[in-house]
Amino acid sequence: MLEAANINKSFNGTQVLNDISLEVDSGKILCIVGPSGAGKTTLLRIITGLEKADTGQFKIDGKVFDPESNTTNEAMIGVVFQDFRLFPHLNVLDNITLAPQLALHQSKVEANAKAKEILTQLGLADKADIYPFQLSGGQKQRVAIARALALNPKILCYDEPTSALDPGLRESVAQLIERLKAQGMTQIVVTHDMEFAQNIADKILTVRPNREA
Amino acid sequence: MDGVLKYMSEILPSLLQGTKLTLGLFAITLVLALPIGALVSLGLRSRIKPIQWILKFYVWLMRGTPLLLQLIFIFYGLPVLHIYFERFSAAGFAFVLNYAAYFAEIFRGGFQSVPEGQFEAARVLRLNYSQTIRKIVLPQVTKIVLPSVGNEVINLVKDSSLVYVIGLGDLLRAGNVAMVRDVTLVPLIMVGAIYLALTALFTYLLRKVEQHYSYYH
Repeated sequence: MLEAANINKSFNGTQVLNDISLEVDSGKILCIVGPSGAGKTTLLRIITGLEKADTGQFKIDGKVFDPESNTTNEAMIGVVFQDFRLFPHLNVLDNITLAPQLALHQSKVEANAKAKEILTQLGLADKADIYPFQLSGGQKQRVAIARALALNPKILCYDEPTSALDPGLRESVAQLIERLKAQGMTQIVVTHDMEFAQNIADKILTVRPNREA
Repeated sequence: MDGVLKYMSEILPSLLQGTKLTLGLFAITLVLALPIGALVSLGLRSRIKPIQWILKFYVWLMRGTPLLLQLIFIFYGLPVLHIYFERFSAAGFAFVLNYAAYFAEIFRGGFQSVPEGQFEAARVLRLNYSQTIRKIVLPQVTKIVLPSVGNEVINLVKDSSLVYVIGLGDLLRAGNVAMVRDVTLVPLIMVGAIYLALTALFTYLLRKVEQHYSYYH
């Protein structure tokens, strides 16, 4: 379970996030929605430690942590970027196994076995040896999900998972997220697609563009 | 005709001796200047301002003055300050310093063209700075900078002839000695042919390396 309270963030004097609080129960799906420019992605970047909040308290399973300086392997939060950000010089398998070997100190054999298991589960078993440029958008996204899952995250975050894909793939992304939920994964999904959010969310947080108080 | 061939075979050993020195300087410069250049380029991106200033000054100095001047300065100038270099060390020192600065600028461009998203992806995957550089960034930078580095490699083969001025017996000097002694153009033509052969070889090898990295785009 993730709890975040009183998150404030300004860029150059413009307040982007104004006292946002959120909570996701374990195994549930929180969707963060709102129009573009409302700060959804900034909020996600703060939770995942890519941006430092001006203020805010964060707890995972009741334990306080600081996402920005969070380098332990305990409060692991996985991220699936909108543009996937796979490593172009590594094949699919190496994209997935690199971090478990370096950060979790798994052996190559161990990391490979786990990666293959995840790939099979995501229907990518035959793609292990090819390179990201050879994949379709939907496949890239699933590799990005596999890469995040390989680190055993407590929470998996997605930034606009439907926006870089063909509209027809929207449904299959929803199914995939549902399937991970069934396996107990806690997920946070940032999206501007309200219908998609209503489809998958247990809870919806609406972030509005900041109005002058 | 037989006479020319005989003459060529007579002077060939001394030309090859010179080629050996040329290649030695070439190898030392590449082996040292490439990693130093990569480190300098990381320093140029450092958040610590004084490091940035010092390295910018170094790059400016090395690229802003002739290599020939640097060579003369180190070998003939520094002894005035009681710093002595043996000829070959002086040449190696000057070439490494000079080429590292050029490589640093090339690598700086390479680092800039790796998207910020790659750093962020590495970060959320819990890779530390050195892992990120070694495993994610440097392999991509290598592919990006290869054509420019290749250009410098070819330049280096020819620049090595500048050591002539501090009395080192490189390929050009060997040819020149034979020409002056025997009053014939043949040695210079042979020297030109050897340089051409060397640059052809390195061009071919660089192509091979580029092909090796073309497994992805």
